Amino acid sequence: MSYIAKPKVAHPSLKRNKLGLTTRDYEGAVSTLCAGCGHDSVTAAIVQAVYELDIEPHRLAKMSGIGCSSKTPAYFASESHGFNSVHGRMPSVTTGANMANRDLTYIGVSGDGDSLSIGVGQFLHAIRRNLNMCYMIENNGVYGLTKGQFSASADVGSKPKKGQPNQQEPIDPVSVALSLGATYIARGFSGDKAQLVPLIKGALKHGGFALVDVISPCVTFNDHEGSTKSYAHTRQFYHHVVDMDYVPPAAEIRAAYEEGSAMPVELHDGSRIVLRKIDGDYDPTSRAAAFKYLRQRFNEGEIITGLLYIDEERDEMHDLMGNVDRPLSELSLDTLHPGAAGLGKVLGRYK
Amino acid sequence: MLRRFPERMKPTDASNPDYFHKVVDCQWACPAHTDVPEYIRLIAQGRFSDAYMENRQSNVFPGILGRVCDRPCEPACRRGRVEDKPVAICRLKRVAADHRDDISDRLPTAPSQKNGKKLALIGAGSASLTVANDLAPLGYEITIFEALDTTGGLMRTNIPRFRLPPNVLDEEIGYILDMDVDLKLNHPIDSLKTLLDAGEYDAVFVGTGAPRGKNLEIPGRYDSENIHIGIEWLESVAFEHVDAIGENVLIIGVGNTAMDCCRSALRLGAKNVKVMARKPRGYFKASDWELEDAEEENVDIVVNHSPKAFVIEDGKLTGMRFEVMEYRIDDNGRIDRGTVVDEVTLPCDDVILAIGQDNAFPWIERDIGIEFNDWDCPVVDETTMMCSRDGVFFGGDAAFGPKNIIWAVAHGHEAAISIHKYCQGEDLNDRLPRGVNLATQKMGMHEWSYSNDYNPAARRLMPHVDLRERFKNIDIEVELGFTVEQTVAEVERCLNCDIQTVFTAKLCIECDACIDICPTACLTITHNGEEADLRTRLSAPAENLEQDLYVSAELPQTGRVMVKDEDLCVHCSLCAERCPTGAWDMQKSTVLLPYAADEAEAAKDRSGSSAA
Repeated sequence: MSYIAKPKVAHPSLKRNKLGLTTRDYEGAVSTLCAGCGHDSVTAAIVQAVYELDIEPHRLAKMSGIGCSSKTPAYFASESHGFNSVHGRMPSVTTGANMANRDLTYIGVSGDGDSLSIGVGQFLHAIRRNLNMCYMIENNGVYGLTKGQFSASADVGSKPKKGQPNQQEPIDPVSVALSLGATYIARGFSGDKAQLVPLIKGALKHGGFALVDVISPCVTFNDHEGSTKSYAHTRQFYHHVVDMDYVPPAAEIRAAYEEGSAMPVELHDGSRIVLRKIDGDYDPTSRAAAFKYLRQRFNEGEIITGLLYIDEERDEMHDLMGNVDRPLSELSLDTLHPGAAGLGKVLGRYK
Repeated sequence: MLRRFPERMKPTDASNPDYFHKVVDCQWACPAHTDVPEYIRLIAQGRFSDAYMENRQSNVFPGILGRVCDRPCEPACRRGRVEDKPVAICRLKRVAADHRDDISDRLPTAPSQKNGKKLALIGAGSASLTVANDLAPLGYEITIFEALDTTGGLMRTNIPRFRLPPNVLDEEIGYILDMDVDLKLNHPIDSLKTLLDAGEYDAVFVGTGAPRGKNLEIPGRYDSENIHIGIEWLESVAFEHVDAIGENVLIIGVGNTAMDCCRSALRLGAKNVKVMARKPRGYFKASDWELEDAEEENVDIVVNHSPKAFVIEDGKLTGMRFEVMEYRIDDNGRIDRGTVVDEVTLPCDDVILAIGQDNAFPWIERDIGIEFNDWDCPVVDETTMMCSRDGVFFGGDAAFGPKNIIWAVAHGHEAAISIHKYCQGEDLNDRLPRGVNLATQKMGMHEWSYSNDYNPAARRLMPHVDLRERFKNIDIEVELGFTVEQTVAEVERCLNCDIQTVFTAKLCIECDACIDICPTACLTITHNGEEADLRTRLSAPAENLEQDLYVSAELPQTGRVMVKDEDLCVHCSLCAERCPTGAWDMQKSTVLLPYAADEAEAAKDRSGSSAA
């Protein structure tokens, strides 16, 4: 942490987005995480992504649970809505919020402890519901706030700072999400913003549950030799498999792509994602193929990154439930409330 | 995608004393390289005497310069690039001078045992006094010859008392004369040949200024007594030979001398003063703040008027004719020669010509081995300050034409080194190099030895004596000096540019923490390339080519480089605070400037080590 806040002074030629805001306008309070924490870079990537998407701050809701990761919504978009919930319960609270107002953009920031240990049940069911949100896991393999015990995502053989190497099988959120039918699954690295920012932009614009698992090293408890989630280890073993560019609605696809490698996917709002396959054999639209490829490379110790799976066809929660298009929060009490007579009628159906 | 570049920037050599010196924009721009951030911090701590001594070391006349310096530091100030206005550096210098305690026991003293070398310094202005200041403590026997009956040269004769009170001059000049310097007033040197032939002095320094005001040869010039040469008129005012002027006064020219002339005229009874400029605003020679001060006193600045003739009626000056000009200015701000569109006559009682100054050396014979150039000025070496005749040195306006006081001081320091080396039989060109010392400012986890938080306060304005009061007497100093509250606010505006961001590539783990926190987007980790290309690929484009890129060695994990654009860094230390490995550190750079005393010390060390 730092004693002084980031000075308000800015570069005079800072660019403005369509709303006339700069990246500085999407910042939050100064971080109280350890200096060098990967989570702060993820925060910077989120700032960049929401700035580039011209998201009005008051149309963004930041959701979190408990943990180092879950503190970070305080460090971006200070003009946005936020809910810091009970440990591991962020998916339920987000479900409720989304149920009430489907028009907001939801970003949940969680960690490997919050999502894969205490909150793993919540995480799984949010995927099953295809809740329309960007779900970030800042994944560092340790419980940082409680001084660095292994978390459920620690790899077998990964060494702690002190004590015995981990022997339990890790939960890989990407594999879990694939098996449960999540509709947008990505993995990035906090030290590679060029890849991470588009992944977050795509996740925010995806119409359904979008998982972004980010390897985000814990600089204090898990950045040593023998750790499989350190900066150095991640840089040595990570591979881009499918990179992507986000193209807003009505914009031309300008970048030149090599033939065969580029694959545009249209999102529900008319914007597009252009997938750039680094590995030509990989198919990010086939769950079975993706699963096989991931497990294979995982067993070889590789960290596979990029937009690993996408399915724009499946209905999200509101569609599955047949809800009205307008947010419930905008409907009048008369419309929402059946009244005593109406309620009696409904109950009568079940007698 | 990896891009490949044939050319790469070499890692910055931060041990080169000039690299970090350049980052301290104010100090780099100052001809005497005053350590501005250091003395501002001392003022912030209330250590006014220490701040004064820090100033005196390089600029010798803090009280004088704190009032009337040309301030090359302020347009250079980084604060002026980050937001609007630079730090009021000059005003803070005056704070140090005004609030210092008696510092006489901290001044250098002349030894009673002299070194047997005698020096003649001609002219008692800022250049000669600086030479005396540097050499008297080394045991030189110094004689200053001054044509007038007082010291200070142009500082006293050309700068009006309402800007620079005589007691300020007397005090700071006194410090130097008290070092056993022999001052001969009313002692003009009429012949340099005679002085040199007498062989009484081991070296001679010429610091006689640029004493001749430029004339304006147009019809009527010599037909009235009421047409004055600016610097001569100011001198007569200073010596109280003149104490009145007509009601309507025209000043020709719009430099700083013109500003002093118009404001002096107001104090001698003029009611209606016009400064006549040939060109439009933006092409004036006067400093902005001197223009502002004159306009505050209701001086009318008339643009685009070119003098044509004086109007004399019955032997009396009644007006002046001007051609009204029109100019074309191109996209680069270049102005053409102009075309005449009209002609007007303005009534006046007196005209003061303030259109520049020339050097004049009628007292230097042209057959004594001193080479003169096409402009009839001596040819002087810019490093050694020596002319083509060995043992004769020049400085101040006498060396390279009219500049300003702070340049004269800088010349004086360099000339003092040369005179010393000349007298000791050393090679004048074998001078001690500048050095740099770096010291970490880390005091604790997030604690630094300086005030690192950016303060958004606006520049404080100098309080002035009320407009009705100030014209009562030419002795009333107009500027009152900063109040305590103003000083406290202004010192915090300094960005401490000498507290450098120093990077150690091998410690970097490329976590991006510094890049994410930097408020002014100075930092980037990227693939190396040639400078022009690199400047376009940074967090914010580095378009100020005068400011360097600080490029690291290859980073251990990816082989990329850390690049810092020095242009807009506010030295807030957050990069170093957010760095988990100490790859960034805040270190104070102290530029080590050699003076004559350092040359003497080095020579002593050399002889000591050779004896051992």
